[in-house]
Amino acid sequence: MAKGRPVFNEDRCKGCQLCTTVCPVDIVHMSERINSRGYYTAEVTDPDKCITCMKCARICPDVVIEILREATKEEK
Amino acid sequence: MKKVFERPKSLTDVPFSYCPGCTHGIAHRLVAEVIDELGIQERTIGIAPVGCSVLCYDFFDVDMQEAAHGRAPAVATGIKRVHPDSIVFSYQGDGDLASIGTAEIVHAANRGEKITVIFINNAIYGMTGGQMAPTTLPGQKTTTSPYGRDTEACGYPIRISEMLSTLDGPAYIARASLHDPQNIVKAKSAIRKAFQAQVDGLGFSLVELLSTCPTNWGMTPVESLKWLEDNMIPRYPLGEYKVIEGVK
Repeated sequence: MAKGRPVFNEDRCKGCQLCTTVCPVDIVHMSERINSRGYYTAEVTDPDKCITCMKCARICPDVVIEILREATKEEK
Repeated sequence: MKKVFERPKSLTDVPFSYCPGCTHGIAHRLVAEVIDELGIQERTIGIAPVGCSVLCYDFFDVDMQEAAHGRAPAVATGIKRVHPDSIVFSYQGDGDLASIGTAEIVHAANRGEKITVIFINNAIYGMTGGQMAPTTLPGQKTTTSPYGRDTEACGYPIRISEMLSTLDGPAYIARASLHDPQNIVKAKSAIRKAFQAQVDGLGFSLVELLSTCPTNWGMTPVESLKWLEDNMIPRYPLGEYKVIEGVK
């Protein structure tokens, strides 16, 4: 799978936890941090393991997550 | 590294006003992504409903018009007929579309108005505080059916997609669900077909999206998705109910 990483815009997170239930490599978890709106936020604990499947981004109801992916050989 | 997933351009930067875990946000993103992909942002006009998504005119970065409760298909009809080159969609919940707005949606579909309707079905009234809707499941507890929906007194849930698909006017009608990433991808595909049908001038299109209401269902967002899958999908089967020739 392609390498990459998710980027969480934490101030938009409402702590609904949906993203934590869909990650196939189990790297999305709830953090101890509270954002400016008073919600506990989700975070990526081990971004190097990300396979850029985009499931977390697809199920996020608040478009908190962006996915970055390394260019493949053909694209370079 | 390049961005392979980001906020669609047809959404504004305004944070959604919905409760944590509400699938309205997923539906908004899918509609905005389809508008981006079809390159129709500049000629799209959306109709906002009454309900939790009443504020969706703040979230979609296209021209928007608010409609009275349930009347979005009538307003959309007027706008589309005056501006036939525009792409007109309404975004309506089940309290709006399947209850007070039943007459408008049935006749807009029957006339084959060349509009697209995004119908959010979460089996309850959200904004007003969790009352029973026409789409509420038998036995489902709401604030106006505290012992569960009694079908003897209140009838059975209306299957809007099946009902409208019996008419000759619609070009495309489908039901999809937002309870997991795979189904979200399928839902986007259905929304894209619905908008494409309008771009191609084929007729009326509607996509029903099974959604959650964690706050009024009294569940966590994660429990709500499971409840949707276990209880709503058997009652509201997913699939395409009407696809006329030429829809792609």
